[in-house]
Amino acid sequence: MNAVEAQNIVKHFGDTHALDGVSIQFEEGIVYGLLGPNGAGKTTLIRVLTTLLTPDSGSASVAGVDLITDPVGVRRKVGLAGQFAAVDEHQTGRENVEMVGRLYNLNREETRSRADEVLDRINLAEVADLQVKTYSGGMRRKLDLAASMVGRPEVLFLDEPTTGIDPASRLALWDLIEEMVDGGTTLLLTTQYLEEADRLADRIGVIDHGKLIAEGTSDELKATLGGDVVEIHVHNDDRALAVECLTRVAGEEPKAEGGSLSIPAPNGSRTLTAVVRELDSAAIEPRDIALRKPTLNDVFLTLTGHKAEDERQPDTARSRRRG
Amino acid sequence: MIHTAVITRRNVLRFIRIPQLLLFSTVQPVMFLLLFNYVFGGAITTGIPAGPDEYINWLIPGILIQSAAFGATATALGLTEDLGTGVIDRFRSLPMARSAVLTGRTLADLVRNSFVFSLMLVVGYLMGWRFEQGFWKMALGFGVALLFGYSFSWVMAAIGLAVKTPEAAQSAGFLPIFPLVFASSIFVPTSSMPDWLQTFAEVQPVTIVANTVRSLMIPEEALGLLGLDQGTLILQSFAWIVAIIAVFAPLSVRQYKKAVG
Repeated sequence: MNAVEAQNIVKHFGDTHALDGVSIQFEEGIVYGLLGPNGAGKTTLIRVLTTLLTPDSGSASVAGVDLITDPVGVRRKVGLAGQFAAVDEHQTGRENVEMVGRLYNLNREETRSRADEVLDRINLAEVADLQVKTYSGGMRRKLDLAASMVGRPEVLFLDEPTTGIDPASRLALWDLIEEMVDGGTTLLLTTQYLEEADRLADRIGVIDHGKLIAEGTSDELKATLGGDVVEIHVHNDDRALAVECLTRVAGEEPKAEGGSLSIPAPNGSRTLTAVVRELDSAAIEPRDIALRKPTLNDVFLTLTGHKAEDERQPDTARSRRRG
Repeated sequence: MIHTAVITRRNVLRFIRIPQLLLFSTVQPVMFLLLFNYVFGGAITTGIPAGPDEYINWLIPGILIQSAAFGATATALGLTEDLGTGVIDRFRSLPMARSAVLTGRTLADLVRNSFVFSLMLVVGYLMGWRFEQGFWKMALGFGVALLFGYSFSWVMAAIGLAVKTPEAAQSAGFLPIFPLVFASSIFVPTSSMPDWLQTFAEVQPVTIVANTVRSLMIPEEALGLLGLDQGTLILQSFAWIVAIIAVFAPLSVRQYKKAVG
């Protein structure tokens, strides 16, 4: 059975085409990463799939339950951790999780044991009896995650689980999500970071302007991109000479973006070394030189010809303010 | 039902744990009580024959209604905050009765009011307030005040969900409260007001409900002061309470769907 099966979902807010015919499907037990910039439609899709929004057209089922005809049935099978930690500051961590457990219709004993279990799993057991207002941003996100898992959902939706938290907490959350996945949880997560999708997702869908523009495993997408790149910054006077050097190494003209030049690095650090040697023999001292992973910008540049822009409001702000 | 209880509990906990809320909902009504009784009380003649402290016996029933009305703004505020923080999204993604978000909110006001009312009656008792018609009638008055507060929470729910931000909810909530509370018999008998105001004050629900509670607590020989007899007052109070809920509960549900959709 497919965990999510969505056909041609359309959702417009006035003139904004938040979702313009999105179809995705994936089977149970995998992590599906939905990658896209702000305003691409990620949050709207999650809100549709968790029954918070009714699509204008299209059909979908989650965990085998039809979204349109049986939204309550869907709610029994899903867990949602939104873009902002929806936890209550003035309750303790445990109270937050237990409240959600009760709202999932677990009985008192089940709720208690389940809450202990998830709090333990996310390493918040020690602070479980402190009020959430004493928690850091990363701890709140973890707690939010715990609350979304307490009802043993068949499909878990995480909307940008690591946006807005510090790098250390991000790594901790990634570990946590990986552990959950080892436990067999089916997961749909959205992210703006290729690195995050790369690390966590079995399959990645790239979404832009309400449309799914590419889909595949991380490796498949990287093959499209050509993998790592070497990027250099040089003084303007050296630029023409540097372009020649890079062309010699890559066998093609480097991509110019802003003040930087970049070439594909199919051989990783060996390509980097080659570039350094070429620049050295041409007596060019680069201001900066790096071997880097392709970013979301590279994905978009390659797939759409335009950059991942922030031209629209983040989708949450938009949908929340709608009256 | 369990869902409503869970949400109610959550909202009551907020009252207890947010110092400002707890202060606002307990200290403020007690301050009103002290201020009105000791500052204005001496200058106000109500006609209740209960010795030198007569004003407190006029004031207590009224001030319960006043604190219920002021306290109901917590519903407007609480709902707008929950809309902003994503808590309501979480609730809506759960297999729970959607009505529980609103009933759990208004019922939390009811729970808080039972506590605040009891506190005020204790303070009032120390200040000389007595219930003159026996415990059960006093308890009935207490119940009427609670029910009115509950109906008023639905008014505030509708207002909060219409304006959507906590700041706007705060000021919009008090718009209907001020004329209703002050142009009423809560603090003074309506007979001292100019004719045009008196006409409004005597028919509006706050006066009717305050006088109903009053009719169940003051000495029976003073009942004539209230204009209407006890039975009529009780009937009219229940009619108002039912009417307010019948209008504002469905309105709130509609506003809620609009606010989240």
